[in-house]
Amino acid sequence: MVMTSLAAERRNARTGFMAAAIAISMVGLGFAAVPLYRIFCQATGFGGTTMRVSEAQAATIETTSKTVVIRFDANQRGLPWEFKPERPTDTVTIGARDMSIFIAKNTSSQPMVGTATFNVTPSLAGKYFNKIQCFCFTEQRLEPGQEIRMPVLYYVDPKIMTDPETKDIEEITLSYTFFPVETPNTVDPQGKGS
Amino acid sequence: MSTIAATANEFQAHGDDHAHDADHKPAFFARWFMSTNHKDIGTLYLIFAICAGIIGGGISGMMRWELAEPGIQHLTAWASWHNGLVGGGEATLNEAYHMWNVLITAHGLIMVFFMVMPAIIGGFGNWFVPIMIGAPDMAFPRMNNISFWLTVVAFIMLLGSSFVPGGSGYGAGTGWTVYAPLSTSGSVGPAVDMAIFSLHLAGAASILGAINFITTIFNMRAPGMTIHKMPLFVWSVLVTAFLLLLALPVLAAAITMLLVDRNFGGAFFDAAAGGDPVLYQHLFWFFGHPEVYIMILPGFGIVSQIVSTFSRKPVFGYLGMAYAMVAIGVVGFVVWAHHMFTTGLSVDMKMYFTAATMVIAVPTGIKIFSWIATMWGGSVSFKTPMVWAMGFIFMFTVGGVTGVVLANGGLDDNLHDTYYVVAHFHYVLSLGAVFSLFAGFYYWFGKMSGRHLNEFLGHLHFWLFFIGVNVLFFPMHFLGNQGMPRRIPDYNAAFAYWNQIASYGYVIMGVGVLVFFANVFWSLLAGRKAEGNYWGEGATTLEWTLSSPPPFHQFETLPVVK
Repeated sequence: MVMTSLAAERRNARTGFMAAAIAISMVGLGFAAVPLYRIFCQATGFGGTTMRVSEAQAATIETTSKTVVIRFDANQRGLPWEFKPERPTDTVTIGARDMSIFIAKNTSSQPMVGTATFNVTPSLAGKYFNKIQCFCFTEQRLEPGQEIRMPVLYYVDPKIMTDPETKDIEEITLSYTFFPVETPNTVDPQGKGS
Repeated sequence: MSTIAATANEFQAHGDDHAHDADHKPAFFARWFMSTNHKDIGTLYLIFAICAGIIGGGISGMMRWELAEPGIQHLTAWASWHNGLVGGGEATLNEAYHMWNVLITAHGLIMVFFMVMPAIIGGFGNWFVPIMIGAPDMAFPRMNNISFWLTVVAFIMLLGSSFVPGGSGYGAGTGWTVYAPLSTSGSVGPAVDMAIFSLHLAGAASILGAINFITTIFNMRAPGMTIHKMPLFVWSVLVTAFLLLLALPVLAAAITMLLVDRNFGGAFFDAAAGGDPVLYQHLFWFFGHPEVYIMILPGFGIVSQIVSTFSRKPVFGYLGMAYAMVAIGVVGFVVWAHHMFTTGLSVDMKMYFTAATMVIAVPTGIKIFSWIATMWGGSVSFKTPMVWAMGFIFMFTVGGVTGVVLANGGLDDNLHDTYYVVAHFHYVLSLGAVFSLFAGFYYWFGKMSGRHLNEFLGHLHFWLFFIGVNVLFFPMHFLGNQGMPRRIPDYNAAFAYWNQIASYGYVIMGVGVLVFFANVFWSLLAGRKAEGNYWGEGATTLEWTLSSPPPFHQFETLPVVK
C-alpha cells in the first residue's frame, strides 16, 4: 500500500510525537499553574491574598491623614478551641502600623495542634494589606486549657487611596480560621504561608 | 472548495476483477473488536454514542419528570430503588437529594464525553476525514482502536461509579464540573474517584484521537489536496483536534490534583492548608471553555458541507469560514473566567473577560452570515439534512444571542447558576451540536450503510424534535430571569407553570426520537439501496466519488485533486 512506505511511516511518527509532546507539555503547564497561581496571587493580591513585607520596607511608608476601619474575624473549624480577637475592630490611619491580638484557648482536655488560614475582604484590598508579622500557617500546639495571644503587625498601604477600585473602601475585614492539623508535619503545598 | 473530477470506479480499491481481496473483511470478532479500519471504528463510535445518548437522554427525562411539578414526587422512590440495587434500604431525603446530584452529574458527563464527542469526532470524524482528504485510513489505525475502547471502558467506569458510595449517597454527585471542595472533602467514598478516573480515560482516548487526526490531516492528504482546498469538515476537525490537544491535558492535571487531595493528603484546593478551591475552577474552565468549542466546531463543519450541498454552490467565503474556526479556537482559550464571574473577580478582570468573550461573536457571526450567503441565490432543496442544518443555524443563533447576554459580567451576577444559563447552553449544545449531529446522520447515513433513510420520517422527526426542544428549553429563559436556580429537584410554586410546559416539550422531543429510531430500523431492514452520490451535483467532496457504502479499503490509488 502507498501509505505504508517507510518514509510515510516515519513522517507520521514524527508528527505524532510532536503532537504528543504538545499534549504532555500542556499537562506540565496544568501542574505549573499551581505555583504560578500562588505567585500571581502574591504579586497582585488576587482573591484577598495579603502582602508580606519586611520591617525595612514598612519603615519607608509614610502615614496619611485618612483612617480605615479594620474588623477582625476569628473562626475555627473542627477544633474545640476558643478563638477570638482581643478587640472586634481597630480604626487605623492609613500608612500607620497597627498591632492586633488574637486569642486562642484550647478548651478540650487534650493537647491539640492547629494552623490558621487568613483572608481579607473586600478581596481587592488584599494587595494593600501588608503584614509585617503574623501567625498564619505556623502550627500552634496548645496544651489542655492553655491560652495564647497571637499578634498581627500590619499596615494599610496608602496606595489604596489612589486605586479607583479600592479608594472608597472604608472597612477591611481580616479573617482567620483555625483548622486542626491531622499529621504533625502537614506540608503547605502552595507555600502560601506568610 | 475543490471540485473533484473523478468517477466512482476510479477509486474502488482494486478493480472488480479482484474484488475478493479488495473487500475482504475479517471475521466478526476480529472486525468489530480488534478493528483498525477507520470506517468500522467510526461505526462503533456512532453506535456507542447512540447508546450513551439513550442513557443520558433518559436521565434528562427522569429529571424533567421530577421537575414537572413542584415538590419531590419520584426522587425518593428512585433513590430507594437505586439503594436496593446495591443492597441498601429506603432512601432518606438526603439520599434523594444526592440522587439528584448524581443524575445531573451523569447527564452532563455522559452527554459531553460519551455522546457528543464520540459521535461528532469519533464517529463522523473517523468516517469522513480520511475519505474527504483522499487517504486510505487514519495515520495510526491501531491507536484509533485504543481510543475507542478506552472510551468504552471510561463509560463503564462512570456508570459503575453510581453503585459505590459517594458521600451522602451512592454515586458521584459533584456536577460535571467536579468543583472542589465538594469533590474532595465533600464526597467521601470511591464514587468520585471512579468518575475522575473515567474522565482520565476518556481524556486520554480523546488526546490519542486528536494526535491521530492531526497526523492524518497534515501528512496523508491526496496529491493536490492542499490545506486551503480541504473540505470545511476536515478543517473543523483539525481545529478541534488542536483544542483537544491543548485543553484536555489541563483537565487531566486538574483532576489528578483532585485525586491527590482526596487520597494522598494533598492540599491543592484545600483552604485549610493554604490551597485555593478557586484555582480548580480556573484550571477546569481553561479546559471547559475550549471544550464547548470542541463539541460545536465539527458541527460547524458538517453544517458547512450540508448547506453547500443542498444550495448546489460552493460555500460562501471558504477561507473566511476556515479561519473563523481557527479564530474561535484561539480566542476560546482566553475567555475561561466568564464562567467564574461570581468568584470575586475585580471589575477590571470582569471587563476583560466580558470583552474577550464578546469578540467570539465576530468569527461566529462570519460563519452564520456565510451560511446564509451560501443559501442566498442558491438552488436550495429542502432534503432532511438541509432542514436539520437550517434548524441548527437558527437555534445556534438563539443560543449565541443569550451567550452575548451572559458574557456581560454585570448581568451574569444575576443570571449565574439560574435556568437562563441552562437554557443558553442547551440552545448551543442540545439544539446546536445535536442538530448538527442529526444533520450529519441524515446526510451520511446512506453513504455509511448503503441504505436510504425515509425522507418523510426524517422531516417528521425534525419537526417533532424542533418543536419539542423549543417548548422544552425556551421557557427556561423565563425561569432563569425569574431567578430559578439550576441543579435543584424542587422549586418554588411560582416556577410551576413554565416547568410543566418544559416537561411537555420533553415528551414531544421524545416522540421525535422514537420516529428517528423507527426510521433507522426501517432503513436498515427495507431501505432503498443508496447509489454512490445520492445527493447529486451539489455533493462535491471525495466521499461521493465512492460507492455507498464505500469499499472496505478505499483509495489504494490516491485520487488527484485539481
